[in-house]
Amino acid sequence: MGPYLLCTVLLLLGLYGVVAKKNLVKIVIGTIIIEYGVNLMLILNGYRFGGTAPIVTDAARASQETASFVDPLPQALILTAIVIGLGTTSLIISICLRLYEKYGTFDILQIRRLRG
Amino acid sequence: MNGMTLIVKTATRLVLGFIIVFGAATVLYGHLTPGGGFAGGVMLACGFILIVLAFGKKRALEVIRDPAIWDSIGTIGIIIFGLFLIGFIGNFTIGVWLGRGVPLRLISGGTVLWSNIIIGIKVMAILFAVFFELAVFRLSADEYKER
Amino acid sequence: MLILYGLLIFMILGAVVAIETKDLLSSVISVGVMGMALAIIFLILGAPDLAIVQVAVEVVMLILLIRLIVDREDVTIAHRYRYAEVFATSAGILFCGAFIVLAAFAFRCMTPFGEPLMTVSRQYLADGFRLTNIANLVAAILLDFRAYDTLGEATVIFTAIVGTFVILRKKGRE
Repeated sequence: MGPYLLCTVLLLLGLYGVVAKKNLVKIVIGTIIIEYGVNLMLILNGYRFGGTAPIVTDAARASQETASFVDPLPQALILTAIVIGLGTTSLIISICLRLYEKYGTFDILQIRRLRG
Repeated sequence: MNGMTLIVKTATRLVLGFIIVFGAATVLYGHLTPGGGFAGGVMLACGFILIVLAFGKKRALEVIRDPAIWDSIGTIGIIIFGLFLIGFIGNFTIGVWLGRGVPLRLISGGTVLWSNIIIGIKVMAILFAVFFELAVFRLSADEYKER
Repeated sequence: MLILYGLLIFMILGAVVAIETKDLLSSVISVGVMGMALAIIFLILGAPDLAIVQVAVEVVMLILLIRLIVDREDVTIAHRYRYAEVFATSAGILFCGAFIVLAAFAFRCMTPFGEPLMTVSRQYLADGFRLTNIANLVAAILLDFRAYDTLGEATVIFTAIVGTFVILRKKGRE
């Protein structure tokens, strides 16, 4: 249960960054930290003590090797999730660029009050 | 955006071939060693980003006219990859209609080799297009202050 | 296992530095260091595919973030909206504290760390190499057993990048 609790602390630090900060770049960094925490949580769930990476090296003894592999299914799903995270981060950064051009500041309390 | 100093340009000329060959090898041997289409594609995109960063905006724009062309290459890749999934009808595994082959050889495992190559090209095209659009075409901070 | 705990505590310290420091360049560098530590954690947990992808994606993400913050001044007026800031900070801390306490009760119902509950993966491990002749089982799951998920992922990335192009369009704006 130890690694699970530390990973939850990481996720909650990212959530605190999104909720309680008023600089727009800090909110983007909080989103990135939440994404790291989620990926780490799912990979921690699939680890086996004394396990090896799921790659078969000997074709004749394949069934004996696969008895001590770690779980390959979360790895396949998180692989696509990491690349999708890059796509959504680039979308958020392009919105931040547009907001800075229009209002001249990264402060979200001022972006609410001014009219462009 | 200007290029960088002479040391960076010389080092880029020496190292760039190795980066692209290593990225292509990670894509091609994706079904035998760790890696695959996504890892190799991102490595190839980083190699091309290095060219743009080291040699400056003007020389990069002479070679690459419009980043939307790279996005179109990615779209064609998705359509071809979707056509591979026809083999699902009636089978448990998808790529088995192309023949399984001898295990642990380069050409084996059905459609997985060709899918890795197509996904590598697609990921490289998309990531390079987004870097080009964000970092080259927008005004830098100095030009924005002068306006 | 000691290395795993050490790297997790290192990542938590890096997250605290990234969120609290006032200089924007320091927080972006902290995020980069966190990403590299995460790649080493993936390698320890037996996932070399993920370590390669994490390092390469981290480099591209750092380039985009530094493009966002370079040479930008930020003029913030701190004294006018004090109540909104105090309320947001206290609400954030209260929620995080309550969540940690409840999560400690919920983690007792999960399988303990190191003994995974592999109900579907047992069949993939037993039949994967025999049916497809592919040595890398992660690539076999990603492109042969579950290829429709990869098609969905390709569509999502394409949509995100086209959205980036549309937001940063120059014609018809000024």
